[in-house]
Amino acid sequence: MDMPTPNASIIARKAQIVALLQQVLPGGAVIHEPHETVAYECDALTAYRCPPLCAVLPTSTEEVAAVLRICHQQGVPVVPRGSGTSLAGGALPTADCVILGVARMNDVLETDYDNRFIRVQSGRTNLSVTGAVEEDGFFYAPDPSSQLACAIAGNIAMNSGGAHCLKYGVTTNNLLGVTMVLMDGTVVEIGGAYLDSGGLDLLGVICGSEGQLGVVTEATLRILRKPEGARPVLIGFDNNEVAGECVSDIIKAGVLPVAIEFMDRPCIRATEAFAHAGYPDCEALLIVEVEGSEAEIAEQLGVICDIARRHNPVELRESQSAEQSAAIWLGRKSAFGAMGQINDYMCLDGTIPVSALPLVLRRIGEMSKEYGLDVGNVFHAGDGNMHPLILYDANKPGDLEKCEAFGADILRLCVEVGGCLTGEHGVGIEKRDLMVDQYDPVDLEVQLRVKDVFDPNWLLNPAKVFPLASSESRRAA
Amino acid sequence: MLKPMDEAELSAAVRDADGPLWIEGGGTRGPGPMTNGTRLSTAGLSGITLYEPGALTLVARAGTPLAEVETTLAAENQRLAFEPMDHRVLLGTKGEPTIGGVVAANVSGPRRIQAGACRDSLIGVRFVDGRGDIVKNGGRVMKNVTGYDLVKLMAGSFGTLGVLSEVGFKVLPKTAVQATVVVGGLDVAAGIAVLSRALGSSFEVSGAAYRDGRAMLRIEGFANSVAYRAERLQGLLASFGAVTVNTEGVVQTWRDICNAAVFAGTDHDVWRISVKPGDGAAVAARLAGADLLFDWGGGLVWAGVAPGNDLRGRLAGIAGHATLVRAARDTHAALGTFHPEPAGVAALSAGLRAQFDPRGILNPGRMG
Repeated sequence: MDMPTPNASIIARKAQIVALLQQVLPGGAVIHEPHETVAYECDALTAYRCPPLCAVLPTSTEEVAAVLRICHQQGVPVVPRGSGTSLAGGALPTADCVILGVARMNDVLETDYDNRFIRVQSGRTNLSVTGAVEEDGFFYAPDPSSQLACAIAGNIAMNSGGAHCLKYGVTTNNLLGVTMVLMDGTVVEIGGAYLDSGGLDLLGVICGSEGQLGVVTEATLRILRKPEGARPVLIGFDNNEVAGECVSDIIKAGVLPVAIEFMDRPCIRATEAFAHAGYPDCEALLIVEVEGSEAEIAEQLGVICDIARRHNPVELRESQSAEQSAAIWLGRKSAFGAMGQINDYMCLDGTIPVSALPLVLRRIGEMSKEYGLDVGNVFHAGDGNMHPLILYDANKPGDLEKCEAFGADILRLCVEVGGCLTGEHGVGIEKRDLMVDQYDPVDLEVQLRVKDVFDPNWLLNPAKVFPLASSESRRAA
Repeated sequence: MLKPMDEAELSAAVRDADGPLWIEGGGTRGPGPMTNGTRLSTAGLSGITLYEPGALTLVARAGTPLAEVETTLAAENQRLAFEPMDHRVLLGTKGEPTIGGVVAANVSGPRRIQAGACRDSLIGVRFVDGRGDIVKNGGRVMKNVTGYDLVKLMAGSFGTLGVLSEVGFKVLPKTAVQATVVVGGLDVAAGIAVLSRALGSSFEVSGAAYRDGRAMLRIEGFANSVAYRAERLQGLLASFGAVTVNTEGVVQTWRDICNAAVFAGTDHDVWRISVKPGDGAAVAARLAGADLLFDWGGGLVWAGVAPGNDLRGRLAGIAGHATLVRAARDTHAALGTFHPEPAGVAALSAGLRAQFDPRGILNPGRMG
């Protein structure tokens, strides 16, 4: 994975830049000693590391603006960072960059149940947003699996999803407004506690822009009343194709489950060995969850189970209690940990049309043999977002490269069948060079022009999202 | 009038244009602001190109009549979740709304509070930008964060960033049964309090409107579930007044709210005001004398006022924006169709327009 050559003149000016930043920030908010900057050398894509020039931890929009003004004047690249849980390398530093971390900005600014929104500083973690309102019966819907740690800032940057987005949508569908600082220090308010913004939908393009258009410091988020209850059913099949048909039939029947999760045999076996969830040993397993009152749940599960029975499941287990629900979810929630017990793994994030599922799983199986690397599939089946987990040995020379090549082939397959490279993790550096497989040069050029408007000097997170060759002339300017 | 029959012809039409283009789908939202330039119709770009009911996905060319999309979906018991308004009712226009026009104006109805706006259902676009380049973004899958989300940006851009050639949607199942829960005899503040209470419940309200003293709440779903939620809402709202549940005429009631039908045939200018729902009562106080319809829990205020009056000044200090939907062309020109934006935001919008349409030929003046 290539990164641009760091700018030597910036590195030579480190002491001066640090001093300038210290003038506008509280004591201890500029981290510049090498033994400290190492803490910011990577995010959750740990295969790639590089300590930054320094890291700053501002506490307010004004401080963020002051930092950006200095970096803008000095021509120093800035890499925004939420909690550093990106699996795509979205927060990977370069040696000549300032990491702008929002971790100290985690206040709740306003909670309004009558109007059903919460306004928070962007460093607040996803789960603690729900934590601030759940005693009053409300929640914030997007629930990425890193929700205990990940920050709203990162959720907005990557337009994060989660297991429940079939019903509730992803971050962009739950974001009402932001306070954002542009690279030159200008503070803009986009959207607010009302539903439609006038003019162009800038909020829509900011969400998912991977920290390349501005630094979001505050966010207004939609909150919802918690459902009365939720219960899953577990359905096992001896055939992937039939499992896919079952998903399609459930959707066509007019039921809208809150989640439809899919696991394939390698994944079922690994999680069973690890978590002993009591899963059947079968080819494909679905977990379908519905919400509502007890009677509503029973009605929806009745429809789903009728459909499932028509497809001759090898197992059909309707949860009757909170304990049984927890047991059904146990294996799914342990899937990543279980695969990690076996070996190092790389987690992919492509999306495919649901109808292409059997074909894609068959091709992944064939490629697994060709590459000699095992792979398990966990899949948000309702929305086509798949997470193949490729197992490799980080200590074995060449294994990481082989794994990356295999991963790239899977993502190209996702694009080939009508899907995309990433459903919820983002492009970062991980899928940067695959963008040409999804987009023609003109498609990318239009996106580059959007960045030109927000960040004309290309200083914000410049080496991400776009293939380096396509952004080179702009970054060099 | 230019009427390209495919994307390549559309691209050539834009590339070869030597002056402003006025882009038209079904032409049902006119007369709006000043129309100038050569008319460019998308009617030749028609037809549904992909529909997979089991994947909740539909893709259609931009000029496809909305009615064709809705009929096709209904045959599989599905629908566009965002319930687009039919502007012909309010504006007295003729013609057939197109799916591209719906996207270009981000047209959404009462269900927007539950299922999101048009932009939330939109998952892919193809368009021709002001340079004549054919551009795609998003696609046919409902979870996609690959690159910048230009899909959202194109929704509601009124043709000023590009001419849409194809649009893709996430669709939803149609619901079997619907009911309207009504609380009567309420002033605006109490009416909106009822809507807020219901929307803050777990009973999945899919429409929340107030008009003539009546707070109206729509619930949709399977029969037993609708009956259950109606009963629970009756209990929840009993302290506000007598609560009734209507199961007859529900579709028409919400279609009329969606289309702001109460203003059809009146002499009023009609404005569309987007505010925090709780500010609805303040809006009503400031606009005393105006004819008002509240949707979206109070957050969308339709206001009928005497022609030629700018009501934005009267709303100063209330966060949100007011858009002129129905007025004489002179009034659009004099008052501006869209709410003025703060300088920083306006600069970004202008910058995007200059990049997407450097010659300024796509619907110039349409968004101010």
